[in-house]
Amino acid sequence: MFLKDYFGTIFKSIKSLLTGMRKTGYYFTHPKEILTEEYPDNRATLKMFDRFKGEVTMPHNENNEHRCTGCQACEIACPNGTIKIITKQEIKEDGKKKKAIEAFVYHLELCTLCNNCITSCPSDAIVMAQTYEHSVYDKTQLKKILNKPGSKIMEGVE
Amino acid sequence: MSLLGENFMTEEGEFVINMGPQHPSTHGVLHLKVWLDGETIKKVQPHLGYIHRSIEKMSERLSYRNFIYATSRMDYLSAHINNQACALAVEKGLQVEVPARAQAIRVLLAELTRLQSHQLWWGCTGLDLGAVTPFFYAFREREAIMEIFEETCGARLTQNFCVPGGVMYDVNPNFQKRVKDVMQQIKSKYREYEEILTGNVIFENRTKGVGYLSKEDAISFGVTGPTARASGISCDIRKWFPYDGYEKLDFEEVVMEGGDCYTRYMARIEEMKQSVHIIEQMIDNLPEGDIQGKTKNVIKLPKGEFYQKVETARGELGVYIVSDGAASPYRIKYRSPNFSNLSALETMSVGTKIGDLVAIMATIDLVIPDIDR
Repeated sequence: MFLKDYFGTIFKSIKSLLTGMRKTGYYFTHPKEILTEEYPDNRATLKMFDRFKGEVTMPHNENNEHRCTGCQACEIACPNGTIKIITKQEIKEDGKKKKAIEAFVYHLELCTLCNNCITSCPSDAIVMAQTYEHSVYDKTQLKKILNKPGSKIMEGVE
Repeated sequence: MSLLGENFMTEEGEFVINMGPQHPSTHGVLHLKVWLDGETIKKVQPHLGYIHRSIEKMSERLSYRNFIYATSRMDYLSAHINNQACALAVEKGLQVEVPARAQAIRVLLAELTRLQSHQLWWGCTGLDLGAVTPFFYAFREREAIMEIFEETCGARLTQNFCVPGGVMYDVNPNFQKRVKDVMQQIKSKYREYEEILTGNVIFENRTKGVGYLSKEDAISFGVTGPTARASGISCDIRKWFPYDGYEKLDFEEVVMEGGDCYTRYMARIEEMKQSVHIIEQMIDNLPEGDIQGKTKNVIKLPKGEFYQKVETARGELGVYIVSDGAASPYRIKYRSPNFSNLSALETMSVGTKIGDLVAIMATIDLVIPDIDR
């Protein structure tokens, strides 16, 4: 009885070893089923999905105009204090004062990419960019000012 | 008294060693102090706090829309289900109705989350017990699911896709096709899973009869999830306290008798099959309609207490909100499944060998950030 068990175990072990090896052999002879993405080498062809949350950016049109009114809804919606908006008073041609942004400061090092700022923006001024390589040597380099120098608000955006 | 991380010999001749906090098979920064007599475990003491981020306290300062994102960082493998629990708790306070389409999207993504979590667990269990190959196979299918998340939610792990009242966006146009493809792929790979690990003689010897948890112990320690269901307790929140339309779905609760590591392993494998079953019956008939119910910009819950529990991949997650009528919660408490499951570790492992401790930890499926929060 003991011998039967002993040899039975040996037989079972060899069988399960062969089962595993058969699977390994299958993938060895079918290299097309292996789906490895060779990341740093495929940078040129790698495309992220449209909704991928990389970093917050502010799109500008060809006349260097953006859609941000400086309402600070994103600043309130941000859980981490990632966004700081510095506003200024702009005097329009007809003499009326109008609020405008001086600088849209965005701290990527604090951002958790939760998308709350994008959904809270009433004028669709900010979007998520599909960038993915953010490593820098110093974290101060991650502090970004999103509005380009000399840019102003687009006509018709309130 | 000795230092926290010191290995030493007690007066009775028991050797005390520290497993972790940087041990690869503790899946994170879990620190276990183990009292050993030779190789036999006499006592296990978990030390917590290495990854405490005070998510509960932090949430008291945030608005009801903002505190949800932090829960993705608790149990990062069932991040979507954590977000869903918070959204449901806020909706309970607001008495807002969630549209049918939003509910269906939530449930679909929740089941996909469960599936990918169990797949990662399957790979890691193999890895902990000395089989390296399953790890790569499991990640192959998991990667396909992660791409679904990336396409629809914009992130792979920390989605933050649930908002109070519904979901953030509608699903991507490719969503249904991609999910169907992945389900086909996963179903065809089940046999491979069974072949490579379930029937393996080394795996069976290391898990069968190891780490027994009785029904009574499981109840008294508050163990939930597949760990408890493998001990014969029927505790699936999706069946007992249905939320987001689970009551309309056809699926079975996996309850198994046995309570050892092998039963826990089989319970999770069966649960994966049930998840696939749920996804397959939902994916073709997503209801049309809105994706968000009507909520105000600044959410203020009425004065009172609101509790909502959901079934994550590891057990019961409870979200308890105390509101004083302001725009941010007065107090938030999370009842996390891993904390309770960890408390049963000592009962399971006393008397076993030190190598079995790794097998027991692997089959409880601990995620450490969820223990500390």
